[in-house]
Amino acid sequence: MATAVHSTAKKLASPDTARGVRRLWPVFFAALLGLSIIYGVGLANSSALHNAAHDSRHSLAFPCH
Amino acid sequence: MALLGRILLPAVIAGILSGALLTGLQHIEVIPLIYQAETFENSAAAVHAHDHEAAGGLEAGAPESEPWAPDDGIERTAITLLANIVAAVGFALLLSVAFVLLSAKGRSVVWRGGLLWGLAGFGIFNLAPALGLPPELPGSEAAALDGRQGWWILTVVLTALGLGLIAFARPVYVRALGVIPLVIPHVIGAPAPEHHGGLAPQEMAERFVYASLATSAAFWLALGALTAFAHGRLARFRRGRTSPA
Repeated sequence: MATAVHSTAKKLASPDTARGVRRLWPVFFAALLGLSIIYGVGLANSSALHNAAHDSRHSLAFPCH
Repeated sequence: MALLGRILLPAVIAGILSGALLTGLQHIEVIPLIYQAETFENSAAAVHAHDHEAAGGLEAGAPESEPWAPDDGIERTAITLLANIVAAVGFALLLSVAFVLLSAKGRSVVWRGGLLWGLAGFGIFNLAPALGLPPELPGSEAAALDGRQGWWILTVVLTALGLGLIAFARPVYVRALGVIPLVIPHVIGAPAPEHHGGLAPQEMAERFVYASLATSAAFWLALGALTAFAHGRLARFRRGRTSPA
């Protein structure tokens, strides 16, 4: 435990941290994109989207209708 | 930007292949059952329309302004293929993000590990929600959509959290706490309709539950394995290109 805290602190203090945070943006963006796509196909309340994704929604057991 | 490509490209490749596979698998049982259930739904709607006409409603004959829907046949199949691929790319993006984070920690995921991740995806997005809201045929009795979607989102988020804790929490004894978020949605309970049942016969509804779950499980296993495989191949390709001559 103590070692874990120590190594985390060392990582935070390292000059790589700024680079690490910058590198996290694409990861965050990709995760958000994935969630938005899933929302659009599975849950979005638009009639056209619902009708287009109807069979997918039923098959993948998203709540439908 | 390079990192974004490292996340997006495997997700798109695996999503297209798994979405196509899902469409094929759906035609074994899931899609025929949906079409069959719609015949019950349509005949119920026809009776309803007939009642309106009998009541002398002027609007009965007038075409209603219905939102766009694909025509049955090739158009509907093509649109479903597209929706399956888009959904698969969305799910694959989440897997891809997880694999990139793991490889940053020096833990690469090979296709066999990808199968486990696929299994987790099936548990999170299909199995856990199905415990409260079983996959439904068109025309089934159900509670209000908002409540069901809310419960579905809650179940997905908490199941992911629970499985994440069980798999990765440190120190190890914290992993046992992962059981708590796993059970919370089922203790709360999914919104239930006042009457169970639907237009299609009960036997069809039960067959649909198993067909949908089996199809989703196969889809998720393929998606997990393919996303992990694409990550490995692309990483090797990049190493090959960037290694000094």
